[in-house]
Amino acid sequence: MCGIVGLFAKSTDVEEQLGEHLGAMLVQLGDRGPDSAGVAVYRDPAPPGATKLVLFSADPREHWEALVDELARVFGDAGELFVRASHAVVTLDAEAGEIEAWLARVRPDVCVMSAGRVIEIYKETGRPEQFAARFELGDIRGTHALGHTRMATESRVTTDGSHPFAAGLDLCLVHNGSLSNHNRLRQALRREGMAFRTENDTEVAAAYLAWRLREGASLRAALEGCLDDLDGFYTFLVGTADGFAVLRDPIACKPAVLAETDDWVAMASEWRAIAVLPGAADARAWEPQPGVVYSWESAKV
Amino acid sequence: MSAQAVEATTTEVVDLGVTPLRELNQRLHDLATAPGPRRWRVLNPNGVHALACGLDVEVEVDVDGHVGYYCAGMNKRATVRVHGNAGTGVAENMMSGRVVVDGNASQSAAATAHGGLLVVHGDAAARCGISMKGVDIVVRGSVGHLSAFMAQTGCLVVCGDAGDALGDSIYEARIYVAGEVAGLGADCVEKELRDDHVAHVRRLLSEAGIDDVDPARFRRFGSARTLYNFHVDHAAAY
Repeated sequence: MCGIVGLFAKSTDVEEQLGEHLGAMLVQLGDRGPDSAGVAVYRDPAPPGATKLVLFSADPREHWEALVDELARVFGDAGELFVRASHAVVTLDAEAGEIEAWLARVRPDVCVMSAGRVIEIYKETGRPEQFAARFELGDIRGTHALGHTRMATESRVTTDGSHPFAAGLDLCLVHNGSLSNHNRLRQALRREGMAFRTENDTEVAAAYLAWRLREGASLRAALEGCLDDLDGFYTFLVGTADGFAVLRDPIACKPAVLAETDDWVAMASEWRAIAVLPGAADARAWEPQPGVVYSWESAKV
Repeated sequence: MSAQAVEATTTEVVDLGVTPLRELNQRLHDLATAPGPRRWRVLNPNGVHALACGLDVEVEVDVDGHVGYYCAGMNKRATVRVHGNAGTGVAENMMSGRVVVDGNASQSAAATAHGGLLVVHGDAAARCGISMKGVDIVVRGSVGHLSAFMAQTGCLVVCGDAGDALGDSIYEARIYVAGEVAGLGADCVEKELRDDHVAHVRRLLSEAGIDDVDPARFRRFGSARTLYNFHVDHAAAY
C-alpha cells in the first residue's frame, strides 16, 4: 500500500491554501498508509547564497534556540528560526554541504530532513490526521507540495524511514511500492560516495536519483534510468524547486491518478484524495501511462 | 434531480455526502428480497470504493461522478452507469447485468467476470479483462498492457489501440481490436475475421450503444492453442 499525493498551484488562491489542501488529500489516504505521514512543501525562498534547512530532533525538549545561535555564530544567520512540532526551519548564510558537515560532527543526533532554497520536509510516524494537526499544515502556504502516507513493508516504522526522502538540494522523492534490488544498489551507491541513514528501499531510490544528477544527468534522464536500474514496483513522485514529476514502473502495479484544472495540477494514488480539491468534479483526470515521465514546472524558471 | 422521475417508477436519489456508503449498499442489497425503487441516482461518490457491489436484482443505478475501486463488483442483473471515471477493478467478477463507464476505467476492469456486459466509453488501463470467464467488454477508447491476460472465455472489443502483451496466455476468449496493437502476449495470434465475427462485433457494439464504428475495421485475436499447459482435448471445457 502507501498513499501518495501531490499538488501544484496554478493560482494564488491555491498557493494561499496549499497546506490545507495537502492535509485534506493526505487524510483521504490514511487507510493506504496509517504508519507514518510526511510532506515536502516548496515555499519562502531563502535569500540568494543562503540555505534553508529543516532539522529534526528525536528529543522533544530539544533547545532549538541554542543550536541555531551556535549555527548562526559559525555560518551567519539569514532568516528566523521556525519550530514546527519536532522539526525546525533554519536559514543560514552558507552552502548546505558545509552546514551538514558541521552538524554531522557537532550534533550527529540531529537529522537534516531537507536542504535547499525552497524545500521544507516534515515527516513523522503516526496517522496523517494526527500529522496534519501536529504540524499545522493548514497554515502552510507555498507553490507546490507533495505528501505520503506509509504502510511499511521493507523496513522499520521510524521518522527516518518515513517519506519524503531528500534526494539532493530542493529535491525529494515519495514512493508507493517496494524495490527488490535495493541492497545491492545501496552497496554500489556507497562505493560512489552516497551516504545512507536507514535500511529503507526508497532512500536508495532517492540516493540513486541524487547520484545520477550529481553525475550530470537531467531529472528526466535520471528518472528514465530508474526503468533500467531499479527492480520492483514503484509509483514515484519527485519534487523539485520548480515543480514535480511522476513515474510508474513498466508493469504499473501501483496506482496513480493525475488531474488538472485552471487552478491546480494534482497527483494521487486514488481519486478520493483529489476529490477534496475545489473544482475537482470538473477537472480533467487521467491515469499516467507506465514507464513514462510526466512533469510540471512553474513558468517562472 | 427529481426531474428524472419521468416514468411510473420514481428515482431514489442518494447523496453520499450525507448517506454512508454501507447504508446505500445495504439498501441496494435489500432490493433482492423486498420491494423498493428500481431507479437510483447516487450523488457525490468522490472516489469511494466498493460502490454498488454485490447487487442481485434488476435495478438501474446511475452514479454522478468518479468512483474508486471495485465499483459494481460481483454484479448480477443490475445496470450500473458511472458518469465519470472508475478506479481499479470496475465490474470485477460480474456475473450478469450491465456496467457502463462514461469516462476512463483504471486497471483490471471486469477482471474474472463470468457474464454480463461492461462498456467503457473512455480508455481502460492495464489488465482489462484479466482472467475473464465469459463477460463481454466493449471499450470505446484504448486498453493498456496485458489486457485479456489468461482470458478464458467471453469477448473483448477495443475500438482504439491495445497495449503490449495483449492476450498473453489466452484460453478461448475472443479479442477484436480496431486500432494498433503494441504487441501480442504468449500464444496469442491474429486470426481471420470472417462474416460471423463481423456480425458478432456489430451485435456487441450495438448493445454498447456505439453506432459510429465500422465492425469490419476490426482485427481478431485469439489463442494459438500451443501453450505448454493448454491441451486441445480440453477445449470444450472452457
